[in-house]
Amino acid sequence: MELLLKVADRNYLVVAFAVVGATVWISYLISDRLTRGRIHGSAIAIVAGLIAAYWGGTLTGGQIGVANIPLLAGIGVMGGGMLRDFAIVATAFGVRLSELKKAGLAGVISIVAGVVVSFVVGAIVAVAFGYSDAISITTIGAGAVTYIVGPVTGDAIGADNAVIALSVAAGLVKSILVMVGTPMVAPFIGLNNPQSAMVFGGLMGTTSGVAGGLAATDPKLVPYGAMTATFYTGFGALMAPSVLYFIVRALT
Amino acid sequence: MVIYGVALLASCLLAGMLAGEVLGVLLGVSANVGGVGIAMLLLVLACSSTRLKSLVDGASGTGIKFWSAMYIPIVVAMAASQNVAAAAAGGLLALVAGSGAVVVSFALVPVLSRIGSSGGTGGRSGGDAVEENQQGSTDKPESETGAP
Repeated sequence: MELLLKVADRNYLVVAFAVVGATVWISYLISDRLTRGRIHGSAIAIVAGLIAAYWGGTLTGGQIGVANIPLLAGIGVMGGGMLRDFAIVATAFGVRLSELKKAGLAGVISIVAGVVVSFVVGAIVAVAFGYSDAISITTIGAGAVTYIVGPVTGDAIGADNAVIALSVAAGLVKSILVMVGTPMVAPFIGLNNPQSAMVFGGLMGTTSGVAGGLAATDPKLVPYGAMTATFYTGFGALMAPSVLYFIVRALT
Repeated sequence: MVIYGVALLASCLLAGMLAGEVLGVLLGVSANVGGVGIAMLLLVLACSSTRLKSLVDGASGTGIKFWSAMYIPIVVAMAASQNVAAAAAGGLLALVAGSGAVVVSFALVPVLSRIGSSGGTGGRSGGDAVEENQQGSTDKPESETGAP
């Protein structure tokens, strides 16, 4: 047992490959046998991952889900920003430039609309929950944009730490809900072609949410959604502490 | 050689990330602006260029395809390392704000997809703030009734 742990500890990334592989295999088996393919295997695997993350996070009190457990630390590397971005860029292999051009304008509009709409919803909720100062309202609104825009904005305009934590939580809820909800709503919102995928990526914006949600819906759509989604956080971080904050301040 | 494709992919990512960082500094934001998106564009351009054909065809191409195929397992690992506990601990406000944003955004997907396919006209001249306000006001009828 001790030797086993030693081997696992030295080869943590390899352990992650094996564990994730087994998870995906079991998920596809469940998808096949229990749901007859109605729920996509990758959707089940992602939900399994989220449940594991909740378990790992509450067990250890850490911030990186199941990767807080030393034996499974490699999952944090495998699912971390570096390999995630590497794999996302690789999905663009085989994408046609003409498809991107066709949806380019709609993609740009969707980024602007997505940031503003999410911000407005978050701000309204903040007001409904009794916040009345412009800084807190803006920070929570920014959190509803993404969990990166929330703290970036909060830091920039000097928000309270508790409010920043709330904004991160709101962004995480959004990201998780996009991962889980996308395959369910995809047929109803016409999410089945490159163009709507680009609009979807621009509207949702959370890179991890879009990445997970589209993977579970139709892997072919991933590059299109990811392309616009990656501009969203940057645009949100630009707008929230400036223009959007000034508008909120003028209204309060 | 498989490594040629992997190296091309890596170069695209690094160049895109660098461009995203520079864009962030130029705009005065402490975030990477579209680094991954720019990297994807670079890869798409590289794939369609005739000069780089040897880097994307045959064995070199499998180096890129492998990482593309690893995407879903990596996303599963990403899901497993999310701070789900913090999201759950955020309470009702976080839940309502986060899910509200998702529901409204979902509802806008078909609306904007249509705008895009019909040519996407609309006030897109003028400054950022102007464009933004127009965007915000045109969205309201579909999304919610009043701003705070």
